[in-house]
Amino acid sequence: MNKLIPSLALVALAFALRGAGAHAATPPALLPAVLTIHIKDFKYNPTPAEIHVGDRVTFVNDDNEPHTVTATDKSYDSEGLDTNNTWQHVYSKPGTYKYFCELHPYMKAVVIVTPAPPHKEGASS
Amino acid sequence: MRRKDFIEHVGWTGAGIAWSLSATGLLTTERAEAARPFSFVQISDSHIGFTRPENPDVAGTLRKTIDAVNALPQQPAFVVHTGDVTHLSKTTEFDDAKQLLGTLRAPLIVLPGEHDVIGSPKNFFANFARADAPSGWFSFDQGGIHFVSLVNVFNFEIDGKLGQEQIDFVEKDLAAQKKSTPIVVFGHVPLYALYPEWGWTTEDGTKVLALLRRFDAVTVLNGHIHQIIQHTEGNIRFATAAATAYPQPAPGTAAKPGPLKVPDDKLLSVLGYRTVELATGGGTKVTDRALG
Repeated sequence: MNKLIPSLALVALAFALRGAGAHAATPPALLPAVLTIHIKDFKYNPTPAEIHVGDRVTFVNDDNEPHTVTATDKSYDSEGLDTNNTWQHVYSKPGTYKYFCELHPYMKAVVIVTPAPPHKEGASS
Repeated sequence: MRRKDFIEHVGWTGAGIAWSLSATGLLTTERAEAARPFSFVQISDSHIGFTRPENPDVAGTLRKTIDAVNALPQQPAFVVHTGDVTHLSKTTEFDDAKQLLGTLRAPLIVLPGEHDVIGSPKNFFANFARADAPSGWFSFDQGGIHFVSLVNVFNFEIDGKLGQEQIDFVEKDLAAQKKSTPIVVFGHVPLYALYPEWGWTTEDGTKVLALLRRFDAVTVLNGHIHQIIQHTEGNIRFATAAATAYPQPAPGTAAKPGPLKVPDDKLLSVLGYRTVELATGGGTKVTDRALG
């Protein structure tokens, strides 16, 4: 199973490997996430999804057609997720994040990010 | 004129119109006769990088397509690929596609599909940019036909959309053309509302179609839906092409669009390319050819 976790470091690594003639690197393991959003039958599920600031979300493409997770404000973009590909994103600010599939723009969904719960704030102070 | 002669004349004229779409007189016929040898080929939706069971060897079926085109008894003036050369816009996919398409004997024109510009059109332009088309769309004249090549996959949030800048270009470009000039339009997504429920439409395509209606014979060629569908509105004929990679369901016959699995021994019969010739009188003759 191919798994994608874009980050600056991983992108840099990918370019380094490409330059060396390697086209495929072993995908890193997924980090713990509070929520998994499945992409199936051309729909994101669940939507709307409610999480807290700092939460990591995993997106999984269960369709036999590629999809993307692309923020409407272009603040993040999974790029192409083929069948069974996985992508993670950490939502670091509160707000309502609309996103869609760049390949099938009628696929739209929302992630609602609320401030961290009080017990988390107390635990970190 | 006697009634019998009149009927014969009407019959001849009617047959001429049916054959050529726009035959109105001797001048048109003479021009078409002079341009008769002109032809080109359309291929589409190769999806290099796709590996699923619907076609685990898309490079092989593209190679088979290229071999068939290269073996045509008369080489086309050019080959146009109407988009989705790659599956996920990856650099390696573009490398492989470019290497394969580079074996065509005829000159190559490539339009982007939405699968070629995922995240950014950078990789597409790096491989298939034209000096005369910094924005992706362009026009040219060849073989007595005026060609307009459009891009309806650059808008981020709407798959089939041209945008006002491109529509302005088309308006200015077509304004300089005579009504009798045969027009051929290339695009990836269908320009008309073929099946909007699956995104098989161009939202602002009606604006371009309005500009095309004054011409005697217009042919719009596109890909995207991986099947042959012909549709006519007045003097505008639409023809979507088969893919070289895999078929998709007919509109509305499945819960969703996407790769369609057919028996292995049937796959080549639903993949292919098409030849397009200038017909007598200024219309086009579109011939779809399966790979097997």
